[in-house]
Amino acid sequence: MKNKVLMQGNEACVEGAIKAGMRFFAGYPITPSTEIAERSAVRLPQVGGKFIQMEDEIASMAAIIGASAVGTKTMTATSGPGFSLKQENIGYACITEIPCVIVDVQRSGPSTGLPTSPSQGDVMQARWGTHGDHSIIAISPSSVSECYNLIIRAFNLAEKYRTPVIFLMDEIVGHLREGIEIDDEQEVEIIERKMKVRPDVLHLPYHVNEGEDVPRFHLTGYDIRYNITGLVHAEDGFPSNSNEVAHNLVTRLMKKIENNVDDIVEFEQKYCDDAETVIVCYGGTARSVMSAVEELRAKGEKVGYFRPITVWPFPEKQLKALSSKVKNIVVAEHNYGQILLEVQRIVKDCKIGFVGKVDGTVITPAEIIKAVEEVK
Amino acid sequence: MSKMEIRLAGSGGQGVILATIILAEAAIIAGKNTAQSQSYGPEARGGMCKAEVIVSDEQIGFTKVTHPTFLLALTQASLNKYGVEAGEDCVILADSTLTVPEAIKAKKVYSLPILDTAKTEVGKAFTANIVAVAAINGILKLVSKEDLEAAVLRQIPKGTEEINRKALHAGQKLAENI
Repeated sequence: MKNKVLMQGNEACVEGAIKAGMRFFAGYPITPSTEIAERSAVRLPQVGGKFIQMEDEIASMAAIIGASAVGTKTMTATSGPGFSLKQENIGYACITEIPCVIVDVQRSGPSTGLPTSPSQGDVMQARWGTHGDHSIIAISPSSVSECYNLIIRAFNLAEKYRTPVIFLMDEIVGHLREGIEIDDEQEVEIIERKMKVRPDVLHLPYHVNEGEDVPRFHLTGYDIRYNITGLVHAEDGFPSNSNEVAHNLVTRLMKKIENNVDDIVEFEQKYCDDAETVIVCYGGTARSVMSAVEELRAKGEKVGYFRPITVWPFPEKQLKALSSKVKNIVVAEHNYGQILLEVQRIVKDCKIGFVGKVDGTVITPAEIIKAVEEVK
Repeated sequence: MSKMEIRLAGSGGQGVILATIILAEAAIIAGKNTAQSQSYGPEARGGMCKAEVIVSDEQIGFTKVTHPTFLLALTQASLNKYGVEAGEDCVILADSTLTVPEAIKAKKVYSLPILDTAKTEVGKAFTANIVAVAAINGILKLVSKEDLEAAVLRQIPKGTEEINRKALHAGQKLAENI
C-alpha cells in the first residue's frame, strides 16, 4: 500500500536497510546517528533479525563482519569518533571481501568536536581512512527519501562487489524530518551475493571465475572449512608472502570497483545544459544549493548544480565532460575543502570557487549565492 | 499558500520539538510538503530550545528556517532572542506572561495565555504544546482542524487522547477569540 509518512532521515535509513534485507545490526550509539540504533533495536526483532549494542565501535564493526561471513546482511551506524575507531576493521572487510554497510552520520570534528553540529569532514576518511590500497564505495543521501532508497543500493553494491559500503550521511539529513512515500508492495531490486556452485572450487574461498571480478561466496562454517585472514592471501584463503599473489590481490581489490564505475556511479545534475556556473555539492549541502540555484534561475542567471550521489567512486568522467561546457565551478561542502581537491584534480579549464564551513552551522543559500557571484 | 517558515522556541521540556513534529505531520496529512528540524545540544535539556518546521506547496530545498514568517515564544529568553531577530513580515505568538521587548519589529505580536490555559483550563501544564499547536493553526490556517487532530493523535502516547483533544479545543478557542 502506498503511504506518505513523516520520517526522520535516520529512521528512513533503517527502514530502507530492512527492505534491503538487513537482519543484523551491531552498534554503539553516538549523536547524531543514535536514532539508527534505536530504530534498529525496535524493528529488527519484528522481522526476525538481531540487534546488539556492543561494548564499543571497534567490536561493532567486528560483529557485523562476523555476521556477514555467515551470510547475513549487516549494518552498523556511527559518527566521526566512532568512524575513526571502525577503520581498522573496515580494512579487514576490504581485504577479506565481506559485504557490510557502515553508516557515518557526520558531525563536526576532529575528535569529539561539536557532537550535535553538521559537517562533511569525513569524506576523505571514507575514501582512505583505513590503511593500504583498497577500493571503496561511499554514497551520500540528500533527503529522507534518499536515505531509504539509497541505503537499499548500498546493500546491493556491498553484496555485488563483496565490499564494505560507506553510507555517508550528515547531521542535516540524519535529523531532518520530511514526508516519504513508502510503497510496501512495490518491487525493489534486491541483490544477493553470488554463491559458489562449482564443487571443484568450493574449498578455494578466493577463487575468481573466468570473466568475473569478485570471488563467489561460500558461507563460513558450512560443509567445508576455509580460512579468512587480513593477511595477503592466495585463493585458498591462507596467508601468502608471494609478491605475485600480493600484486594480484591488491590489484583485483582496486579494479573490481574501478572497472565497474559505470555500474556503480550515480549523480544528479540540474539546469546544467546552458549553465555558465555549476555548483558541485552532495549530501545535506545540496539542499542549500538547490534553493540557491532556484533563486538565481528566477533572476535569469545561468546556474546549475552537479551532485555526486556516489561520492566514491567520484563521477569523474561526468564532471570532466560537464566542465568542458561551463566557465565556473563552485564547490560547496561542510568542511575545509575535501571534494574541492577532487574537483581541482579533475577540472582543468574552469575557474574554481569554494564555499565551505567548519563552524558547526549550515551553509545558507545566501552564502552560496555570494560564492557564485564571487567566482564570476 | 506560499512557503511558511515556522520557528517555535521555549525551554527544554515544554514540548516545542514535538509541537513542530505535529505541525509537520499535519502538513503531510494535508498533502503539503514539509521539513522539520531542531537544535540539538545541551540547550535541549533545560535551557533555551528551538525547533523549526517549513510548510509549503512547493518542493523544499534548504531545510532550515532563515526568515521566520511565524514565531512562537514560550519563555522571555526566547522572545528576547528570536523575537528581536524576526523580520517585518513575521507574526509572533508570545505567551501572555511575557513582556514584549520594544525592539521587536515584527508585523504583528499576539499575546495569548497558552501556559495558563494548559495549566488551569485543560488541567495539565504539559499540554501547553498542544494548546500552542492549535492556536498556531488557528492563526495561520495551515491545515483543517480534522487534519491537525489526526496529526496529534499519531504523535501522542496511547491513553492521553482525551486530555490532548481538550487541549486542542482550548487552543483553537484562544485563536478564535483574537
